[in-house]
Amino acid sequence: MNLKTFPGGVHPHDFKHFSKNSPIVELPLPERVVIPLSQHIGAPSNPVVKVGDEVLTGQLIAEPGGFVSIPQHATLSGKVTKIDIFPHPVGTSQMAIEITSDGQDKWIELTDDADYLNLSADEMKERIKNAGICGMGGAGFPTHVKLSPPADKPIDTVILNGVECEPFLTSDYRLMLQRSEDILKGLKIIMKVLGAKQGFIGIEANKPDAIEIMEKLTANEANISVVGLKLRYPQGAEKQLIYAATKRRVPNKGGLPMAVKVVVQNVGTAVAIYEAVRYQKPLIDRIIAVTGSIVARPSNLKARIGTPYAKLVEFCGGLTGEAGKIISGGPMMGFAIPNLEAPMTKGSSGLVLFDKKEAHILQEQTCLRCGRCVDVCPLNLFPSLIAQAVKVKDFETADKAGMTDCMKCGSCAYVCPSHIRLVQWIDTGKIKWAEIQRSKK
Amino acid sequence: MENKVIVSPAPHLHDRTSVPWVMWQVVIALLPALAAAVYFFGWQALYLTLLGAFSAVATEALIQKLRKVPITIMDGSAFLTGLLVAYNINAGAPWWFPVMGAVFAIAVGKQVFGGLGHNPVNPALLGRAFLLASWPTLTTAGWIKTKLGSINGISTDLLQADLAQVAPKAYALVTSATPLNVLKTLRDTTFVQSLTPNLTESYGIANNVYQQLCSMDTLRNLFWGNIGGSLGEVSVIALLLGAAYLIYLNIIEWRIPFFYILTVFVLTILFGGVSGLDANYFALPFVSIFSGGLMLGAFYMATDYTTSPITKTGRIIFAIGCGLLTVVIRKVGGFPEGVCYSILLMNVATPLIDRFTIPKPFGEVKK
Repeated sequence: MNLKTFPGGVHPHDFKHFSKNSPIVELPLPERVVIPLSQHIGAPSNPVVKVGDEVLTGQLIAEPGGFVSIPQHATLSGKVTKIDIFPHPVGTSQMAIEITSDGQDKWIELTDDADYLNLSADEMKERIKNAGICGMGGAGFPTHVKLSPPADKPIDTVILNGVECEPFLTSDYRLMLQRSEDILKGLKIIMKVLGAKQGFIGIEANKPDAIEIMEKLTANEANISVVGLKLRYPQGAEKQLIYAATKRRVPNKGGLPMAVKVVVQNVGTAVAIYEAVRYQKPLIDRIIAVTGSIVARPSNLKARIGTPYAKLVEFCGGLTGEAGKIISGGPMMGFAIPNLEAPMTKGSSGLVLFDKKEAHILQEQTCLRCGRCVDVCPLNLFPSLIAQAVKVKDFETADKAGMTDCMKCGSCAYVCPSHIRLVQWIDTGKIKWAEIQRSKK
Repeated sequence: MENKVIVSPAPHLHDRTSVPWVMWQVVIALLPALAAAVYFFGWQALYLTLLGAFSAVATEALIQKLRKVPITIMDGSAFLTGLLVAYNINAGAPWWFPVMGAVFAIAVGKQVFGGLGHNPVNPALLGRAFLLASWPTLTTAGWIKTKLGSINGISTDLLQADLAQVAPKAYALVTSATPLNVLKTLRDTTFVQSLTPNLTESYGIANNVYQQLCSMDTLRNLFWGNIGGSLGEVSVIALLLGAAYLIYLNIIEWRIPFFYILTVFVLTILFGGVSGLDANYFALPFVSIFSGGLMLGAFYMATDYTTSPITKTGRIIFAIGCGLLTVVIRKVGGFPEGVCYSILLMNVATPLIDRFTIPKPFGEVKK
């Protein structure tokens, strides 16, 4: 197969061996779930239940807070026991709804439209919106918004992201092996909603069996094909995936994929879309990889949104060593969190545990000007210059060097021999720069 | 979860690189050249090299102690600078020569500006420039023969048996000068004309010397390092071995050495001949890139992180500039070799080059 890729990037060891051969297992119902009101990009959802209310699995518990927002649903049946500040998997504390299970898992009524592909695009979009789906690759952008491009921005290509370039993570991989047909159904729905004429499924070369399965499945599809991609991080970043598959360059300075007539969706999102359109099933569970060298039984779990991380680790047999770092998400872009109290959300693709040795703190040293960060930056930015400018509070220079374009993939910090926390500096600069821009208005 | 876990920003993985790792790998890459130096010049090469390296380390430690900053001698950068200073020294130099060079390189070339990462020019080359300016004869003359008996690959037997009687100046040139020195001297028409009382005979001898310099024998000697010169620069093969290792490890990038050497090669084809004399034009550009400090300079000194451009386009401009200046100095300058000054001059231009070559972000909208 002719493998495609993008310029720049790095080659971290993939560490997928811990959990890649563990089939998806359904986690037993937890006693309680904590459902954050902000699991997505955009306005937080507004609760429509109050403490003491009885809810069914799949019942609406919070409405979208605006157009760029999503509704939230109860992920098990029981009683609303708290609406308060809870730990959030990005490391902060945020408003969430706690539901204590009644152990029954009583569902709302689901439908089954076997003829779902003949629904109108608007009806499909409505069902997707009502299901509370946001991007499940990690970014969490509300899916119905992505599927509603302005009339003057037609979409001709849909790309499903099955790249999973983050080391350790295997949830999308297992999904592609075990629910390949549903992924394809999801893709067809997305293409219909957008009126796109071609669809791609991007998969990295370290998942040859996933490529094979998806290729077999799409062999008779005239306008859908699998794109094999070279093993390189961040191959799964939206702009890099689009470039590899179509050679189109999404414009910088806040440009969106629709500018080049493309929409990208994660494979997990595609399955959620299929279930939402056919069964009107809200997004209440997802696959999450719980992995790392100290996890007794690294696993791919199908678990309810809001399940506390501690429950997942417990189900995997606990830890065989002392944890040095807890990472919510993948090790390149995920968040290090202080404990396992936070719940998993719609964007939680993995929980990675490092032992004491793997969790090192590297001391920052002077920049040698070696230029490795420039060599690897997939967006062709000048990370060392941006970081240096931010350090001396020269945000103008940082902006000119492309600060706001940075997607925080971490390739620069990964290769820096001086261990400079480039991503952190750039991110700090972005926040300060935004504050300055706001105060000017 | 009783124990404390680390909460730090992403990425949580890092590749194996660190400053010490990079520096010591470069030191390792330079070892074949040291082995060649010991083979051709004897143990004094090792002795001078160690003197240079350790006096650089000691200077760094002392100054950092006086500056009350952390002592970072284990990062290998001072050791590497001292090593490179020694590599730029004649194997016949006195013991204090590499010491002076290394102390100057570290003290004035590096620590004055704030240490690693802050120096505007390559400290090792500044050390060499200092030695060249202070003790010019010790730096550019008195080359010792290699153990195999060669100094520039030209055998006096190949010229004429009684060369010493007929043209003593030519004899002295052939037996005491490095290839670049020979080239430089042959360009001097007054020198050529004064070789013998007979003008035709003088040009005949000069032409003969020139042809021998551009012979396959000389090229072979240059390639292996059986030649007079600074102790670390003579063996092309040893330097290339180390360079291949560094490129393989992704420590140095190919652009600077490639474009530097290519520029010298091309400009030598175009302008490198000696007017009035005739020789094998195929060999001349190879003699040019194999001799002097070009290989050492292009792979190990022009690629110095701190003093060369960061951007890819910048690296190409920098390298072409180095090549151009090297050829200009070799051809019309006062010195036979121009690698040192050309890199130092381009070092100074580096911030400017970087400023004008900031890469265009991915997806930059064309205006």
